[in-house]
Amino acid sequence: MIVRILEEGQWEVADDRLADLNRLDDEVEAAVEAGDEEVFARSMAALLDAVRSAGTPLPVDALKDSDLILPPADATLEEVRDLLTDEGLIPG
Amino acid sequence: MSIMKRISLIFRSKANKALDRAEDPRETLDYSYQKQIELLTKVRRGVADVATSRKRVELQTTQLQRQSDKLTQQAQQALSMGREDLAREALTRKSGLTAQLQGLQEQQAQLQGEEEKLTLASQRLQAKVEAFRTRKETIKATYTAAEAQTRINEAFSGISEEMGDVGMAVQRAEDKTAQMQARAGAIDELIASGALDDATQLGGGDDIARELQAMSSQNDVEAELAALKAGNSGQQGALESGDATPTSEETTRQTHEEGSA
Repeated sequence: MIVRILEEGQWEVADDRLADLNRLDDEVEAAVEAGDEEVFARSMAALLDAVRSAGTPLPVDALKDSDLILPPADATLEEVRDLLTDEGLIPG
Repeated sequence: MSIMKRISLIFRSKANKALDRAEDPRETLDYSYQKQIELLTKVRRGVADVATSRKRVELQTTQLQRQSDKLTQQAQQALSMGREDLAREALTRKSGLTAQLQGLQEQQAQLQGEEEKLTLASQRLQAKVEAFRTRKETIKATYTAAEAQTRINEAFSGISEEMGDVGMAVQRAEDKTAQMQARAGAIDELIASGALDDATQLGGGDDIARELQAMSSQNDVEAELAALKAGNSGQQGALESGDATPTSEETTRQTHEEGSA
């Protein structure tokens, strides 16, 4: 499974780690919906760390689509919300 | 659905839309390559723009630091002339500058971070564009209509996603830099107008924040004043214990007389 962290790169992550990632992802999602900045920052950092530590970075010239894509590490709650509603953040 | 999944679907749908545009599949390859090169140029320009902003903030930091050093010297001078009120005024102004300086240093670090991030983004994109170009040439050389669509769709794996990623990174960096440039512009104007000479007027924020800042400024001022006094009396003592000090004593007496007059 390939996971991209925007503005950082792509990682190959073993499929058996997906459950862990999903659990953290749920926390992020709940925080975004609740508009809870504090929980959002904490759970987002945990999710990104989990990807970085569980995964192996793909070579920089690899041309592969990702199965999962995560927001940039410094994204605000507001930016993630925009990203999910498909407004503005991805040009073109 | 999970956030990770939703974002990847959005990226994929954007990529598919871009693919649908051309009619001859081979043109799609060239068209996309052209777009990739344009984006590469754009991200490099982004790096240069952020670097320019960073240098501007560095220059401002140097200017404010110089001004701040000057105020310290003036305070020292004022105190040695027995003008505690003037020394206090200089230190108060300096304390206003210190807040500005801290803000500038934060901005400098932020811009540095943006610059590094965009530099890495441009390196990643360049590697992927190179790989895409090789793949594109291979496909064109061995092109058969029957397999064209599949192979060409495959050729786009990764590159469209990378372009979406980098495009977004450039956009975010531009937005952040624009905000900082506005602030930098305001500081340039302040420096030019000489308003920073009276930096006490500059505090922003609500009343309580201002009051808290005033209190902490006051404490800073008192603490530094005490330190300067301690330093000065030390010097004075050293001078007086020597034998060649009549001029110094006379100056001190004179200033005291002026002060009380």
